[in-house]
Amino acid sequence: MSAPVVEAPADREVPEERPAGDRAPASSRGGSLTAYAMVAPNLLLIVVFLLVPLVWALVMSFQAKRSFGPGRWTGLDNLTRLLGDDVFWRALLNTGIFTVATVPLSVGLGLALALLMDRALPGRGVFRTIVYLPIAISTLVTSLVGLLLFDETVGIVNGLLRDAGIGPVSWQTDGRLAMVTVVLMTLWTRVGFGMLVYLAALQDVDGEVMEAAAVDGAGPLARVRHIVVPWLRPTTFFLVVINLIWSFQVFDVVYVMTNGGPGYDTTMLVTYAYDEGFGAARNFGYGATVGLVLFVVTLAVTLVQVRINRRTEEA
Amino acid sequence: MSRPLRFVVCVLVCAVFAFPLLAMVVVAFTPRELIFDGGAGLWPDRWTTSNFTGLTEAFPVWRWFGNALVVATLTTVLAVAVNLAAGYALAKLPFRGRGLVFVVVLSTLMVPTQAIMMPQFELVARMGLIGFFWAVILPSASTALGVFLARQFFLSVPIELVEAARIDGCNHWTAFVRIVLPLAKPLIAVMALLAFMTQWNDFLWPLITLRDPDLYTLPVAMSYLQGQFDADYGGLMAMALVSCVPLLVVFVVLQRYFVAGFARSGIR
Repeated sequence: MSAPVVEAPADREVPEERPAGDRAPASSRGGSLTAYAMVAPNLLLIVVFLLVPLVWALVMSFQAKRSFGPGRWTGLDNLTRLLGDDVFWRALLNTGIFTVATVPLSVGLGLALALLMDRALPGRGVFRTIVYLPIAISTLVTSLVGLLLFDETVGIVNGLLRDAGIGPVSWQTDGRLAMVTVVLMTLWTRVGFGMLVYLAALQDVDGEVMEAAAVDGAGPLARVRHIVVPWLRPTTFFLVVINLIWSFQVFDVVYVMTNGGPGYDTTMLVTYAYDEGFGAARNFGYGATVGLVLFVVTLAVTLVQVRINRRTEEA
Repeated sequence: MSRPLRFVVCVLVCAVFAFPLLAMVVVAFTPRELIFDGGAGLWPDRWTTSNFTGLTEAFPVWRWFGNALVVATLTTVLAVAVNLAAGYALAKLPFRGRGLVFVVVLSTLMVPTQAIMMPQFELVARMGLIGFFWAVILPSASTALGVFLARQFFLSVPIELVEAARIDGCNHWTAFVRIVLPLAKPLIAVMALLAFMTQWNDFLWPLITLRDPDLYTLPVAMSYLQGQFDADYGGLMAMALVSCVPLLVVFVVLQRYFVAGFARSGIR
């Protein structure tokens, strides 16, 4: 593995530069104009395509509104319906189950594989590449392959199980197993990412400290537990947060592999919002309300992240 | 763990990870009758390329390919331009409201586009963008990750370099273009790869905005084919294979850039 190309200074945290203008006031003339010109396109895109829709989503959530039609103010009707909506609670629960299943496994297996493939080993580069490959594969391909593997009648897994005298296993008609297949295909693409990020962080583990620990009689497991894992804490934290956010937002795999079924057994927040907004009902008001729940959950996770970050930085 | 044992475990792990890919490739070359008769397997009795020929005869596959290329390329160019410029200004240029701009950029991380897809869609429609690739390109150009990567990189460029250029008579803009940009080639490579891959693989937003089959990008086309093919996995896998091979090749060839990009995204 070559050294990372985009190299921030070695101490990771870059101290804030004094703006050039503070030191040489003469040179700042025209500087701020250039600066505004350089950030303006980005800000414009953010405001138009993100902030305006966010505010509009809030507005829609207080309206009865079908597709592009005019919105009629209905106060808290959408929220009331949401709270009494069994399918919504089911979608929230399913998203929770999916999250609890995918996040620890993505991060944990990523760490395990990174430790496995960190030290010298014949064919290490090939092994790593194979585990990385699914990162570059679109979720659509992943999902179609998932269908091929777990199709109950002509799928590959049931074919192999049949050769072994087992099955057929009802991967698609049993709600729990359908959830398992969705989780498995998600892990296929996520574990490699976790391993990649961990391997990059492991490059920086101090070899001398490890050797000193070994000389002092610390076994491999003790070294992992007391040196490597604490060292990797910021990396783990990052991976947990990004995996949480990805899991809350899950859509593609579910849409293609199960379409939320059987029944509502794999319906997620985003697939439900999509069905309400872009399905037969075309209920933009209610769809936006369901979407805002995702926003609130993401916001909460991010705020918790910021708090924990601040605390560890102070410590 | 001893080295031989680690090797064996690695082989097993890689067998599991390669299994879905292997299944995709094999089934793409399996005659459809075999799949309907006895189900898909890992070693069919006969091989065929008819899944590919049938696919390209019945569907505008190359057009979809071209669409994907155009959309991903335009997004990449636009994304690199706006994120690079913003990242540089945030790192190296003094201006009022700099902190606020950085916070606004970072706060976009908290707004998943999935949460606001209905108003976003109506907005894009009212702007008259539906039916054009711009509906897909414009909303995905500005990314917090892109700005962040650029800012981190430019913070590590010594300010003396920029000041020297200024003393030699460059203004802020020419100093950026002539002195700083040539240093930023590795950064640009990483940003371009990430932007291209993200857009090439994106599904939900193109699914919402590209209503015309002639405009489909590859993921939307695959979802459409899923409805057309039903359980004809040969055709589906042929399409899946065609759609992911270019990116896989790029990924393997430029692996160190991808690794660098993803790894750097892990540092807050």
